[in-house]
Amino acid sequence: MKRIIVYFLEIIILFVIQTSTFHYFGLANIMPNLLLILVVSTAYMRGRMTGLGIGFFTGLLVDIVYGELIGLYAFIYMIIGYFMGYANKIYSNDDYTLPIFFVAVSDFVYGFFYYIFGFLLRGRLNLLFYMRRIILPEIIYTVAASVFLYKILNIINNRLDRIEIEGE
Amino acid sequence: MHINPKHVLIAGVILCIAIVGISFRFGEQLKPVRAAVGSVFTPMQKGINIVGTFISDKLDNFKNINDLLAENEDLKQQINMLTYENKMLLQDKYELDGLRELYELDQKYLDYPKVAARVISKDPGNWYSVFTIDKGTKDGLAKGMNVMAGNGLVGIITECYYNYSIVRSIIDDKSNVWGMFLKSSDDCVVQGDLQLMDEGKIRVELISRDAEIMDGYEVVTSHISPNFHQGILIGYISNIELDSSNMTKSAYLTPAVDFDHLEEVLIITELKEQPQLKEPPTDTEVTIDVDALAETDEDTDTLIDEENQVDVNSDTASDEDTNTGDYDTEIGNDATTNSDVTE
Repeated sequence: MKRIIVYFLEIIILFVIQTSTFHYFGLANIMPNLLLILVVSTAYMRGRMTGLGIGFFTGLLVDIVYGELIGLYAFIYMIIGYFMGYANKIYSNDDYTLPIFFVAVSDFVYGFFYYIFGFLLRGRLNLLFYMRRIILPEIIYTVAASVFLYKILNIINNRLDRIEIEGE
Repeated sequence: MHINPKHVLIAGVILCIAIVGISFRFGEQLKPVRAAVGSVFTPMQKGINIVGTFISDKLDNFKNINDLLAENEDLKQQINMLTYENKMLLQDKYELDGLRELYELDQKYLDYPKVAARVISKDPGNWYSVFTIDKGTKDGLAKGMNVMAGNGLVGIITECYYNYSIVRSIIDDKSNVWGMFLKSSDDCVVQGDLQLMDEGKIRVELISRDAEIMDGYEVVTSHISPNFHQGILIGYISNIELDSSNMTKSAYLTPAVDFDHLEEVLIITELKEQPQLKEPPTDTEVTIDVDALAETDEDTDTLIDEENQVDVNSDTASDEDTNTGDYDTEIGNDATTNSDVTE
């Protein structure tokens, strides 16, 4: 129960930060995808089910507030959360490089999915441009942000684990 | 009890597809849900912006003197107002020159009442240029109202809720606006384009081959646009090229608004009236187009036959004064002409 509340708060806080107009935060008009970091690192720390759930609800929130069609973001985030959950099998508490690699891969998948649904279907064929202009910078920036954010999320997760063990 | 994650995934995918279908089919009915969630988040976004602005202000204080900053801000705003006013007057002058040549002229001036609002959040992705402002239906805003900043067009309100509204800017990849060259009165379509955004430019298309235009000409919103008021400056044209079809020209446009540093915007709290026919249409094709026009819920201008538009547009809005006086800021007398040229 406590865990669910914490996840809920994490989603809301990161969502508000990401959608805020912090110009000093974004580089070259690109914002790091904080919500994706949350989904990937939770899936990596907790497994497929949690990744899937948190991905779905994160996406749903973005959809409801910003999406034109509700369900598209939920779908993308959910798929990413589920497949990143497989990485839980090689989870190690003090490995800080592997999750960052996973974040990079998922951000690429996310950008690619988004290009297909949002642009390719409207006849924008210049994939290389979008790759260079949006997907790659977003990956780099998201990776940089995930170095810090994953550490924080990992600490929160460890504390939750400890509380749960003590509770039993 | 143990559930196989694979089954949950399949259920989730089906659920997502179902939601997409439902929101596609019954988008309007889902509006209350969006409004409820949005109303919860708007105060938070507002709050975090206040904190962020506070911190950045404090940082600025180290570098600059506080008073100077405030004064600078005021002066900048004043410049914006004046440029806008000047632009309007200039436009009136061109209009007057044209009208003087005609013997019968019937001029109507419209005062657009305006409300100022603050930009509080932007679309979470990096792909679109959609942002949220902190005013909504309770401040008298509605879907379809035009948004300006300083002396140019910013975009249009696509969704309006109780305490916030969503604005699609003209540089957005999905945006289409009917424009017009101020000097030659040729129509064109101004299209947002992600590929050109980096250069600070957007695309202009469907310019007539015979249009006598040159680099640096001003483009304003056209009278044939169903959603935008006439005569709002969009930007300045460059790179004019003849299309490969040899029928139309296209060009680039530099917007008059600095979209990178958009903090406050002005909303014209008057909707462009939907044009109506004076007499019942006889031609079937006309009926279809007018129906489509009346029903259009699109947030961008739909492309409609030009000849239709012309006779449809001949009776323009009554200029009743809608100033109710309780808006935050009212900038009066930014008049724009709306002329009846047809006889």
